[in-house]
Amino acid sequence: MIEIKKLKKSFGNLLVWDDVTFNIEDGETVAIIGRSGCGKSVLMKHINALLYPDSGEVLIDGENIHKQEYVKLRKMRHRFGVLFQGSALFDSINTFENVAFPLRYFTKQTEKDIKYNVEQALEIVGLVEAMYKETSELSGGMRKRVALARATILQPDYMMYDEPTSGLDPETSDEINQLIMEMSNSLNITSIVVTHDMHSVLEVADKVAFLDHGKLSWHGSVTEMKTSTHDELMRFVRASEYQI
Amino acid sequence: MYALQELGKYTTLLYQALRSSTEFSTYRKNLFSELVKVGYDSLGIIMLTGVFTGAVLTIQTAYQLELAFIPLSTIGAIVSESILIELAAVISSLVLAGKVGARIATELGTMKVSEQVDALESMGFNSVSFLVVPRVLSGLLMFPVLYIVASIFGIGGGLMAGILTGAVPASDFMIGARMYFQPWNVLFGFVKSFVFGFLITSVACYKGYFASGGAEGVGKSTTQATVLGCMFVLLADFLLATLLL
Repeated sequence: MIEIKKLKKSFGNLLVWDDVTFNIEDGETVAIIGRSGCGKSVLMKHINALLYPDSGEVLIDGENIHKQEYVKLRKMRHRFGVLFQGSALFDSINTFENVAFPLRYFTKQTEKDIKYNVEQALEIVGLVEAMYKETSELSGGMRKRVALARATILQPDYMMYDEPTSGLDPETSDEINQLIMEMSNSLNITSIVVTHDMHSVLEVADKVAFLDHGKLSWHGSVTEMKTSTHDELMRFVRASEYQI
Repeated sequence: MYALQELGKYTTLLYQALRSSTEFSTYRKNLFSELVKVGYDSLGIIMLTGVFTGAVLTIQTAYQLELAFIPLSTIGAIVSESILIELAAVISSLVLAGKVGARIATELGTMKVSEQVDALESMGFNSVSFLVVPRVLSGLLMFPVLYIVASIFGIGGGLMAGILTGAVPASDFMIGARMYFQPWNVLFGFVKSFVFGFLITSVACYKGYFASGGAEGVGKSTTQATVLGCMFVLLADFLLATLLL
């Protein structure tokens, strides 16, 4: 379980958000939504301590991730898989090596086992045929799927997706959404999806956290969101031109 | 104030690198690849720099001593000692600040702005150990080797230029080179190249690791890494000469 308590973050004099508090239960998928620049990705990066808050805390199964020694923190980070907005594939190595990367460093698997596991991971995301392609040869959607295979290869407890469908066509976006749901359901992964794509939210999320004007403006289930009378939230939802 | 902040961040990065230098298994593969990139891949430019530095030094020294009643062997002494004590280390380091420093800053800067460094950290890697330590270590290990190469090719280039232009016969050049040879000068050049290797690679790592702002930011950090690398080489050269000579 992830507990976010009274989190505050600013960069210099610019307050990003203050007093952000909500919980993410095991196995559920929470979408963090809000306008561009409202600090959704910043909040996500606080959850696995890529960034540190000015005050407040993030508890992972009761342990404050920001108070850990670096060695312990790195062990805690093994429990997270992250799909970055730009995929963040290592461009000096090919698709196979990107997916095999965590296995080579964090497991003692033989080359044969690594190859088998990479093939399996790429099969799930439907990219076995691109296994030996250079990352520069991959399209945006393919890069996201390879990054997803890499992020899940160590079978994390938590998956975080930063704008998983941004810049993709509707069909590829649907494929990515399907993959997120498959990951959540088949592997029982707790998921955090940072997005402003309401189609994605309705498809994959159980709960929604809405960031607006430097605070957590609304938090609840997708069903509650559909019937909400919260002005800012509904304005944001309507602006996404998706009828709910 | 800004300079102090930068110095603080640079020192902190070096401290983190020092602490994580014990994680050999994390950076072993990268270290071998960096040794090749910094050392082997730089051999061509270092040989060329050495040959032309030595050749020009011989021709200019011969020109300046043309009217003086000084034995021709003096040219060999001046050229070989200048190369060993100063030019092989400094000129090759200035060239490497452009070649190695710019490459490191660009690589790390691009990784930083494309979130590859965050990806490493989020997987549980120590990104400093993985990225910074092998690059700085390869500078420490390979710059002295490149100094030896530059010295050999510098003196060789000077000798060849003397023979080809008729400025100084080979025998006179070698007599002068041997007569004034002092092992301490080689050791001094060695120490300098070691220090320069550290400064160039660590500054480049720092500038790349903290790059921000997309392609423009990477360009800026690369330029700063090269310029600062050159400046630190010249400053360290002066300090080492003051302290050790």
